[in-house]
Amino acid sequence: MIKLEHVEKYFGDLHVLKDINLEVAEGEKLVIIGPSGSGKSTTVRCMNFLEEPTSGHVYIDGQELTSKNKTKLVRETTSMVFQQFNLYPHMTVLKNLTLAPMKLHHKTKQEAEELAYHYLEVVGLRDKANVYPTQLSGGQQQRIAIARALCAQTKIILFDEPTSALDPETIQEVLDVMVNLAHEKNITMVVVTHEMGFARQVADRVVFMADGQIIEEGTPEHFFTNPKNERVRQFLGKIIR
Amino acid sequence: MSGLFSWDAWATVWNHRESFLLGLGNTLLTAFSALVLAFAIGAVIGLMATSGKKPLKFIARVYVEFIQNTPLLLQLCFLYYALAFAGLSLGVIRTGIIALGVYTGAYMGEVVRAAIESVPKGQFEAAQAQGFNYLQRMGYIILPQSIPVMLPPMVNQVVNLFKNTSCLYIVGGADLISVTYSFVTGASTGGAYAPAYIVCGAIFFVVCFPLSTLATRWEASLKERKGKADPALRAVKRTALKEAA
Repeated sequence: MIKLEHVEKYFGDLHVLKDINLEVAEGEKLVIIGPSGSGKSTTVRCMNFLEEPTSGHVYIDGQELTSKNKTKLVRETTSMVFQQFNLYPHMTVLKNLTLAPMKLHHKTKQEAEELAYHYLEVVGLRDKANVYPTQLSGGQQQRIAIARALCAQTKIILFDEPTSALDPETIQEVLDVMVNLAHEKNITMVVVTHEMGFARQVADRVVFMADGQIIEEGTPEHFFTNPKNERVRQFLGKIIR
Repeated sequence: MSGLFSWDAWATVWNHRESFLLGLGNTLLTAFSALVLAFAIGAVIGLMATSGKKPLKFIARVYVEFIQNTPLLLQLCFLYYALAFAGLSLGVIRTGIIALGVYTGAYMGEVVRAAIESVPKGQFEAAQAQGFNYLQRMGYIILPQSIPVMLPPMVNQVVNLFKNTSCLYIVGGADLISVTYSFVTGASTGGAYAPAYIVCGAIFFVVCFPLSTLATRWEASLKERKGKADPALRAVKRTALKEAA
């Protein structure tokens, strides 16, 4: 579904991704963990070309992603949920959800709104359709952002630290929505997170990154019981108390 | 004739009221046409400056720096005499429109750039990640958020533009300042310069003051609304109020 081949990324002199090779199968739930600055976010942002690799190749559904076809290919295949939610503040929740379906996916207003209400139901916020994002709590905004991603009905959803900007008491409501989403067999999820409980619960595979490289990958089972790499052990030791 | 502010002097100005009105008409015409040009240039320059494409950004930067760091008066003379030298005589009004439009366009471009840059980066990214192309991103997501930000400073630029029509007098314009200037230096009207200048100034003030007041109020209400909309800011205010109580 997604394939990164020898991906390198530099920000100026900073070498943030070093020869990343990663394949995500259709329907797979992949969790990327690792210390901050390890290149997790950049990796996931390369999957929809928010960052274009300095060199290497990215394939979505067998097609190579290029700066020329990125708008169209990304529109048809991937959605993203951001750390800062990035809802459109000048639009109501409903407008946020229906904009792309109507303008990009050629849905009528009625179809788009039915879709929007369906996914608002999924994230448990049907009653918030007509409020503006700033009137909602962080957790609610992030659930709306997930509903917005779902409205595009793409096969791939990328999550870039979806709970890192949330108050501790609202993290769980967002995780609950994501856990439910993970039960959907045909949605491919790539999640950058520090939530180890979530990783353990939903991941088919966990990838550990440090210093711009993939250090270790395996099942959550393997990761949380018997990681090979010393750096992974140290990291998990610090994060799981 | 007795004194700068004699009745006679005021009467002379009143008798020539038509030339002042004509001057005002020319000033308004020049300012309005230049404004249309400035908006167009400002939009293009502002979009170029925020495009992320290095050559476009560079061109926009050069344009803005060049215009902002040389006097308008010089640009006007240069354009007027350069055009004349090239055998193009567009007349004072059209030359004035071009010069003022090009000049104000640079400032408008900066206003547009700053307003677009005031929209958080995440908004661009969310729009791009959804698959909106450049025009759609701008049209649906970025401009609706940046236009309210750019309007007050734009009104200020309109005020400046209106006042800057005064530079036209250097090439012998027929605008309000030029008319006033020829009035006070005229053989038959020369004695009445004090009332003439006051009338001229009053006319400028009557046009500009409401505009700049509008811009100031607009900006204040925008800040107020933004403060209300931002939950983080609201929380800070609440804490501050509690502490004060």
